[in-house]
Amino acid sequence: METSSDILRMLIERCGDGLLDTQPTRDGVLTCWVSADLAREALRFLQAEIDHPYRVLFDITAIDERYREHRPGQPPSDFTVVYHLSSVERRQDVRIKVPLLGEHPQLATVTDLWPSANWYERELWDMFGIVVDGHPRLDRILLPPWWQGHPLRKEHPARATEMPPFTFPPEGAITYEEMMQFSPEAQGMACRLEDFDCMFLNLGPHHPSTHGVLRVVLQMDGQQIIDLACEIGFHHRGAEKMGERQSWHTFIPYTDRIDYLAGVLNNLPYVLAVEQLAGIDVPDRARVIRIMLAELFRVISHLVYFGTFAQDLGMMSPVFYLFNDRERAFSVIEAITGGRMHPSWFRIGGVAQDLPDGWAPLVREVVRYLRRQTDQYEKVMLQNAIFKLRTVGISPLTVDEALQWGATGPLLRACGMAWDLRKDRPYGGYEQFEFDVPVGRCGDCFDRAMVHLEEIRQSLRIIDQCVEQMPPGACKADHPLAIPPPKERTLRHIETLIDHFLGVSWGPVIPPGEAAVTVEGAKGQNGYYLVSDGNTMAYRTRIRTPSFPHLQMLPLLSRGLVVPDLVSILGSIDFVMADVDR
Amino acid sequence: MNELLRILLTVVGVLLGVMTLAPGLIWGERRLLALWQDRCGPNRVGPFGSLQLVADMIKILTKEDWIPPFADKPVFIIAPSIIVTATLSSFAVVVFAPGIAVADLNIGVLFFLAMSAMAVYSVALGGWASNNKYALLGSIRAVGQMLSYEVFMALSLMGVVALSGSFSFGDIVEAQRDLWFCVPQCLGLAVFFIAALAETRRVPLDLPEAESELVAGYHTEYSGMKFAMFFLGEYIGVTLNAVIIVALFFGGWHGPWLPPVVWFLLKTLAVIGLFVLIRASLPRPRYDQLMEFGWKALLPLALLNLLATGAIILARGG
Repeated sequence: METSSDILRMLIERCGDGLLDTQPTRDGVLTCWVSADLAREALRFLQAEIDHPYRVLFDITAIDERYREHRPGQPPSDFTVVYHLSSVERRQDVRIKVPLLGEHPQLATVTDLWPSANWYERELWDMFGIVVDGHPRLDRILLPPWWQGHPLRKEHPARATEMPPFTFPPEGAITYEEMMQFSPEAQGMACRLEDFDCMFLNLGPHHPSTHGVLRVVLQMDGQQIIDLACEIGFHHRGAEKMGERQSWHTFIPYTDRIDYLAGVLNNLPYVLAVEQLAGIDVPDRARVIRIMLAELFRVISHLVYFGTFAQDLGMMSPVFYLFNDRERAFSVIEAITGGRMHPSWFRIGGVAQDLPDGWAPLVREVVRYLRRQTDQYEKVMLQNAIFKLRTVGISPLTVDEALQWGATGPLLRACGMAWDLRKDRPYGGYEQFEFDVPVGRCGDCFDRAMVHLEEIRQSLRIIDQCVEQMPPGACKADHPLAIPPPKERTLRHIETLIDHFLGVSWGPVIPPGEAAVTVEGAKGQNGYYLVSDGNTMAYRTRIRTPSFPHLQMLPLLSRGLVVPDLVSILGSIDFVMADVDR
Repeated sequence: MNELLRILLTVVGVLLGVMTLAPGLIWGERRLLALWQDRCGPNRVGPFGSLQLVADMIKILTKEDWIPPFADKPVFIIAPSIIVTATLSSFAVVVFAPGIAVADLNIGVLFFLAMSAMAVYSVALGGWASNNKYALLGSIRAVGQMLSYEVFMALSLMGVVALSGSFSFGDIVEAQRDLWFCVPQCLGLAVFFIAALAETRRVPLDLPEAESELVAGYHTEYSGMKFAMFFLGEYIGVTLNAVIIVALFFGGWHGPWLPPVVWFLLKTLAVIGLFVLIRASLPRPRYDQLMEFGWKALLPLALLNLLATGAIILARGG
């Protein structure tokens, strides 16, 4: 298999002068600058024409470069579009950067190469005002249609105090409502097919089974779904913009709330990325504490998944059992961190505090309890005949389709592909643990549930190993950029006092550079792409969440099925809207 | 004069009894569900939360009774009352104990079947008149489901009728003096029980109002007292079906030591408890799966039961 330098050589042959430059990054991912007219060509080459191609379009995002100071040797650019490709066979990523000049630059679409590019490109338009030529429907995606400006551009204010006073004239309500009206034609749906009129059924934004504020409009022939359109953005909180306004340290609590069911599991990719930028080596004990808490949160997230999935299928009771069990897990989290759902416990360089006295029996007890409960869930749900009727064979998915659409995590594993970052590209110390990667067979709703259940067991296994192998030592790196700095010496030396004061008030100044870290989140691969301009805040924080591409697959998964099946699918793909909208 | 008074007393007694039991069932069900789901349930208003119902009633009576402007007004108003009337009138033919019955008609079972068929109108019209897509889908499902299950329901009861040789509830219960029909008619009981779940639209066969799919199904647009009528109708229906099961399969008022009415009541409560337990434990099948199960499994079973019963009676009686 070729190394990244071979890929680079082939790209040079292919693109000639179009390949402008390569850029060193802190994360070691091959990063190539390709001119806008050749970008599509380069992407197609990497997707299809090499051996072991980069089949997964992991992410598309942009950087507003106009105010960036540290970009040595990089081609001139006002807006840089970043394509992040990933290859499963190579266990390798590649980043293609496209420099664009002008106020509203144009770029060719790649939706014909990857269908999953659709929403990402709409996000480019919505957030940066980059016009994507040839896109089937370039509308706003996260923000409402009446929004003025493009929020991730640097000139867009981040705080309400920077804007004129908010007004909402009465006629505004009417205009806004009219703009929100669903129009089948705008979505490319016909009102009349062959010899019948279609019924359009509006599901959400407030519907019992949409797991948050998601609007789905179904085009139906009787009870059968012909097509559907998702409307997202109701849960958008501007987390990426906040990343440009919060210090490196104070952004950590925001990450907890991205996938709000998985707590510190969200901290992990963020702090790992910052540590990579800062060059911090985390002590072993901190790594194992992180892994233990992250796995506990994976279990907690999967418990909610099961409870709500059963609820969607009309089972009344499991949701109560599972939330009760989740409470038990939370009580352990609370004993260790003091927080419950969102402890924000990880720090740049380690964790906030060492484990409290008597933590091990607590964790052992909850693991033993949950292991017993898991067997019960399997009996109550997975072995229930009606549960099987509702899930087996519903919306099967092939590995190819899943990769094409950027599916990761349990959704991809349910299709039969044993791809788990913890195993295949270990990060943060996962290489020292023993666990299996459960896979399904055909990727239907049942397989997804089964994979989730098995993952609970594997996570419990990892937690057990953490308890047994917890190394002694410090839980925080001894590094000037590790925040908050140690307090002990501050009252003896003026230098450490100054250092502590600056570190706490301003926050650390992270050296300029770029790094992306992706981890296996509860719902799929969760990645943070951080750009530092040598400041106390990130220049750009990109949060790549798994729920976003997964939800985009909804039409593919549910065409030709009926409404109850759609409910099974929504329950089985495990998304939360906060994770979709950020 | 005395006769008239007796009849009046029975009518008022039965009506009061049913109208206490059915709403009381709402509280009972919530407590039972809570017990099985590891939580508390309503426990604040009155002893053990038993006055929760009164609080709910006050709330629901003082709510705005909204009729959507796009609804078909007269039908929208009539629909909820049909279900309560139809299910309530079925109680007229049930014999609770010797001498305690409003009218022990000689076509009692048929009357019950006819009345339960009437309930379909309520759901169908309510959903249709709401002029709402969810309500429409719910009522389409309701009509399909209830009409189909009507068939198996009636057929499953014919075995009982054949064994006792009468349509009258009094005679049927009398015929079970030695052996309850749940033994020879176990197949009929199973079919009737499932059909009764479907008729009363209870979980797991609550597809017309499947919350996670259709929000509230056919009564999505209903609020206030009209919604309460549908709600009450469901619980009266559950009580009715429990009463029918007790009378036709579990020997009605027969039982040692205790007075007959008490036996009847205890058995009814036990059957209702079973309804609640099922609600707490099963998921909901899909609409087409439900219909398939009905026509491909329940119908042959009901017919088989009827055939076998007939054959045995013939063989015995000659």
